[in-house]
Amino acid sequence: MTDAFDISETLDVKGESCPMPVVKTKAAIDDLGADEVLEVVATDSGSMSDIDGWATGTEDVQLLDQVEDGDVYRHYVEKTA
Amino acid sequence: MSADTPDASEEDAPTRAELAARVDELEAQLDAATEGDDGQKKMSIIATKGTLDMAYPPLILASTAAAFGYDVTVFHTFWGLDILHEEKTDDLKLSSVGNPNMPVPNVVGALPGMDRVTTAMMEQKIEDNDTATIEELLETSLEMGVEFQACQMTIELMDYDEDDFYDGVTTGVGAATALQDMAEADIQLLV
Repeated sequence: MTDAFDISETLDVKGESCPMPVVKTKAAIDDLGADEVLEVVATDSGSMSDIDGWATGTEDVQLLDQVEDGDVYRHYVEKTA
Repeated sequence: MSADTPDASEEDAPTRAELAARVDELEAQLDAATEGDDGQKKMSIIATKGTLDMAYPPLILASTAAAFGYDVTVFHTFWGLDILHEEKTDDLKLSSVGNPNMPVPNVVGALPGMDRVTTAMMEQKIEDNDTATIEELLETSLEMGVEFQACQMTIELMDYDEDDFYDGVTTGVGAATALQDMAEADIQLLV
């Protein structure tokens, strides 16, 4: 599932609930360089919709993939510029 | 009918020069209307409530909008000031009356001390669910550049002092500031 891209950083927001997964994803993306990929590991089921919505509404980020892995939701976000 | 003939249509049609002039005119109007619009999205929230439950929506939306890259201003007035108050923000109460969805009937909720009981229940739920506290959301929002404003008129009305609020909170602002902010915003909310 992650073969297509290299993960630069992993953000662990397990146990945290809205709005923190999105807020911390934004902060982590700010610290990345262009073309780097952030993996976000969350347990908030709302993060599937929220991170998708955030990535759609935010410039210079692209959601590459979302994977439901048992109780854990993994999101892969690329900083495009 | 004569109006349907090609000759008549051509006579009525604007000339190329007239169309060009009209385009120039409209472009000038567009420039004037969008002057100062740098494409930056803005959200303006008015926070008027200071109960534990009602303190959440403005802070959750403010921090989330900041994550979307919005310029966010939250104008706090009346009980909403308590959210920004250093000594009160971690001690906001949940009212045990006035909400028929509460697990205690109003007649019980009105007993002395019941607000403390329902507040403690809510705080326990917040802790059990790992929900961010109001203080955490406020500090996160400040770090993200959200501008929090404390309405000057209600600071005085409620006998607060400008120093009572968190560092970074703007004081000395009133309704005109809020109105101007709302006029420029893409999203305006009253909570």
